[in-house]
Amino acid sequence: MKPFQYTRPESLVHAAQLSQDTEALAIAGGTNLLDLMKLQVETPDRLVDINRLGLGEITENTDGTLRIGALVTNTAAANHPRIRADYPVLARAILAGATQQLRNKATTGGNLCQRTRCYYFTNIDQPCNKREPGSGCGAIEGVARLHAVLGTSTECIATYPGDMAVAMSALDAAVHILAEDESERTVPVRDFHCLPGDTPWRDNVLEPGEIITAVTLPPPVQGKQIYRKVRERSSYAFALTSVAAIIAMEGDRIARADLAFGGLAHKPWHDPRLSTLLVGKLPSAALFDEAGDLLLEDAQGFGENDFKIPLARRTLAAVLAEATETEI
Amino acid sequence: MTAHFKQDGPVESNRLDGMKQGVIGKALPRVEGLAKVTGTAPYAAEYQAANMAEGVLVTATITRGTVSSIDTQSVLAMPGVLAVIQDSRMTTRAAQGTAGQAPQQEPQTVSYWGQPIALVVAETFEQARDAAKQLTITYDAEEGAPLDPQAVESEAKEGQTVNQGDLAHAMAEAAHSVDVTIDTEGHASAAMEPHAAIAQWEGDKLTLYASLQMLNYNIAELADALGIEEEDVRLRAPYVGGGFGSKLGISEEAVAAAIAAKQLDRPVRVVMSRQQVFQCIMRRSETHQRLRLACDDDGRLTGFGHDALVSNLPGEAFAEPVLQSSHFLYGGDNRSLSLNVARIHRMTAGSVRAPGEAVGMPALEVAMDQLAEEAGIDPVELRLRNIPERNPEEDLPFSSHKLAECLRQGAEAFGWDSGPRTPRQHKEGEWWIGTGMASAARVHNVSEAKVRVSLIADGTALVRTDMTDIGTGTYTILAQIVGEMLGLPVDKVMVELGDTQNPRGPGSGGSWGAASIGSAAFMACHALRKTLAERVGTSEEELSLKDGIANSGPSLVELLDGKELSELGHYEPGDIADDYTASGFGAFFAQVRVNRFTGEARVDRMLGAFGFGRVLNAKTARSQCLGGITWSIGAALTESLMFDPNDGHLVNCDLAEYHMPVHRDIGEVEVLMVEERDPVASPIQAKGIGELGMCGGAAAIANAIYNACGARLHHFPMTPDRILAALPD
Ligand SMILES: Cc1cc2nc3c(=O)[nH]c(=O)nc-3n(C[C@H](O)[C@H](O)[C@H](O)COP(=O)(O)OP(=O)(O)OC[C@H]3O[C@@H](n4cnc5c(N)ncnc54)[C@H](O)[C@@H]3O)c2cc1C
Ligand code: SF4
Repeated sequence: MKPFQYTRPESLVHAAQLSQDTEALAIAGGTNLLDLMKLQVETPDRLVDINRLGLGEITENTDGTLRIGALVTNTAAANHPRIRADYPVLARAILAGATQQLRNKATTGGNLCQRTRCYYFTNIDQPCNKREPGSGCGAIEGVARLHAVLGTSTECIATYPGDMAVAMSALDAAVHILAEDESERTVPVRDFHCLPGDTPWRDNVLEPGEIITAVTLPPPVQGKQIYRKVRERSSYAFALTSVAAIIAMEGDRIARADLAFGGLAHKPWHDPRLSTLLVGKLPSAALFDEAGDLLLEDAQGFGENDFKIPLARRTLAAVLAEATETEI
Repeated sequence: MTAHFKQDGPVESNRLDGMKQGVIGKALPRVEGLAKVTGTAPYAAEYQAANMAEGVLVTATITRGTVSSIDTQSVLAMPGVLAVIQDSRMTTRAAQGTAGQAPQQEPQTVSYWGQPIALVVAETFEQARDAAKQLTITYDAEEGAPLDPQAVESEAKEGQTVNQGDLAHAMAEAAHSVDVTIDTEGHASAAMEPHAAIAQWEGDKLTLYASLQMLNYNIAELADALGIEEEDVRLRAPYVGGGFGSKLGISEEAVAAAIAAKQLDRPVRVVMSRQQVFQCIMRRSETHQRLRLACDDDGRLTGFGHDALVSNLPGEAFAEPVLQSSHFLYGGDNRSLSLNVARIHRMTAGSVRAPGEAVGMPALEVAMDQLAEEAGIDPVELRLRNIPERNPEEDLPFSSHKLAECLRQGAEAFGWDSGPRTPRQHKEGEWWIGTGMASAARVHNVSEAKVRVSLIADGTALVRTDMTDIGTGTYTILAQIVGEMLGLPVDKVMVELGDTQNPRGPGSGGSWGAASIGSAAFMACHALRKTLAERVGTSEEELSLKDGIANSGPSLVELLDGKELSELGHYEPGDIADDYTASGFGAFFAQVRVNRFTGEARVDRMLGAFGFGRVLNAKTARSQCLGGITWSIGAALTESLMFDPNDGHLVNCDLAEYHMPVHRDIGEVEVLMVEERDPVASPIQAKGIGELGMCGGAAAIANAIYNACGARLHHFPMTPDRILAALPD
């Protein structure tokens, strides 16, 4: 861990201004950042503590939306009565992540910004284009079990590892961002994380000096909500693949199908074509297969993670079967 | 005085059963439990020393070659940095168990990625860690180090090859046979307490607080590495936060701390990071095993073949002893066994809990399940039919042997269904549910042990040895043995462990601790009883001691008459090991569910029935079994060391990515301890317990996976991807 300065600013804008320095990083729960600092993966000169700046509330807006402050802990969000009742996919996704102790500290903003668990990214004595641009990618020719099969580039095949954001992507939530000049912008969660392309060091759209202030969930919708996470041990493991689904039926037919996937890409994977394919159709094994084909048509494995392609297809089928009560 | 006993024959007297105190075998809570849960039992890194400096190991980033230079100037100007230590006496690997001499030294020669090469010492841990990362090192790398055990020529491990009869012929003529190849991946010990040492010199005398399992060997290893006399070294490890083999020998931080403390003339603490513990201590070798089993129409084995390939670094004598129990568990006249070692440049392979059987037994027991299926015989019955009368290779009698009882009692308690075993018969929603079983076996070991037992004038007892308690219950069982023999409740027996100023114990390892040190304590108490009997005016046999009173008459305090009475118990395993085959046996039963979409496997319930001689404490014994079964579940489903194919470094080197089972992975677990006294095993009729619980358990789970879903896997761990790939359509 490199020596650093610790600052606790008086206001959000001040925090944003301090974060403008490329050598500064915001610290929320610290459950990801401090681990990476100990490994010398993150080496900020300054930590800007954004705790105690009033971002810890969940508020109900009059238009039916729900605003989750960036400092709301994962535990508080997962246990909030409105989230449990109206957005169970989110509550379940959060509870499927990490452990109780970690969730007590982990925050909404920090969870969105958590970094990849790629083994080469976290080992500074190995090549990694994300950590050290131009040094190469250790995973492509190495151990790629955790890695992406969708939206990869020749530079980086890492995954975004989180669960919460996958549910938020299915829900089509929005991220509120404050800049150092006091301007605010809102970005859909679906557009918040980036694909690696030729800028693998870039996880998301945040610019230096920008701070997440909240996430807004749209008004609740009808339908069954499911979060299914596949992993070799039943807790305290990142997803081999995960599916967040909001599926509503009208009579025998599918009326809504909002789906997002974890463990497959550098971002929670949302493919709008799936909804177009599924809505209006009678559920069947053949339809679920077709959905799998569409989802994975461009999927590419890297040896160790080839299994994710059939696994994602099967998990999608399982979730659709459960949601539509179809025997397959 | 010394009460020395060398065991050349069975000890049938079973004296512990005739005592009056009634504490032996009882499920008493651990005597040090309160200190541990209240944080007052200090672990190695928690000792305080004035003016202590902090050291952090620097590790190599090449696979093989030499360190050509370390630019110490690059960090010496950093705040707080005191020294960069490069000393040819520093060790580069952990010592193998019972080595008793320094492991590989000369850290400038690199033979695996992650090998320690230097130590940075600073005023604070953070300063040292930062400087260790900033150090500029240049290497002369030697390319092309072999990394893949199956891609290199291997060498036969001597003393392991058996060729008896004609296995090929037996296979060809057999009514039923199986010939399968099974792979297991590397395992880590992953003890909770990281490897740590605090070194402190007074003149030429070194005191080292460390986290070690076998101080009796470690003292010699450390002295040898430093080039000093054992008399000048004192090791202290009264509490050890788990070892599982990884702390059998001294590891790199201990020697480095001692050298740094001497050079800086102040105490130095070195604690390995979690990543370092994974990358530079010990791995259990991956194995590649071929099993050949042939039987007649009745399922009686006519041929038995087990060949295994393991790996280690060049120069390491240790080879995962995969075949250990295969030599005697089942009969079969035509036998062929061999063990080969591939020399590769991954970190050192060494003992990890139950070396050998932990991976050999699961492979054998999967093959046995397949044979049972081929022959159409219930798997429990197949095992019962193949228990040999005598060791089939050495023609020796067994000591007490409880495999049949464990199989029968375990099947009964589990509710084993001996009917047909067609896969995919039970479905619950998305899950297929199945059952499986396997035998357990683990060779029994004992080792020389000394302990001083003193009766203090106030009528309490004091037990002193350098034996360790690595979380297993040594403190408690020693208090129970001494309490039982001397007629004292356990709270009147003080036990002092983990200090080389005390007599040499056997060390904790190979599951031999309790039987060995317990027997030494028993010998000491026996001698003390003789003296007390004389004072009472009776014979030792007639002496009855309970709650500090002798033969309902004088109290111990009166008999001692203000003077301490002390005996050194000295137990030595004698020639008896040449006359018998002694082993712990058992049986595992598992019920497992497999998700038909995702291939996830979860253990609903598991039962282990074990025979391991006298149970000294029903609670600590059961805990050992629970731990073993938990390891079985990890070995079956999740645990695997992953190595980079290009430089051989361990990639999943923390507890987040090396997947040991979590609480939620452990369903209902039941332990059944079969009543047994083994007069051959030790004078207290106890055998080893600690490792048996994982010697075969993974196969019960694998066989249950097959029974659940029809996927017959030959690769541990059985992760969802492997299960999906093996699922029949
Ligand atoms: C062992 C382990 C297992 C885990 N398992 C899972 C899992 O299964 N699923 C899962 O989803 N997660 C898992 N996690 C990750 C965990 O959810 C994250 O560590 C946590 O959510 C991060 O939140 P934090 O508040 O602690 O972030 P911090 O560590 O404080 O920050 C993380 C990053 O976010 C930035 N940041 C934080 N807040 C803001 C903000 N408001 N605006 C801008 N930037 C910000 C920081 O600068 C930093 O770069 C696991 C973590 C660990 C250590
Ligand atoms: S996959 Fe991405 S994060 Fe991992 S090593 Fe390659 S570049 Fe780095």
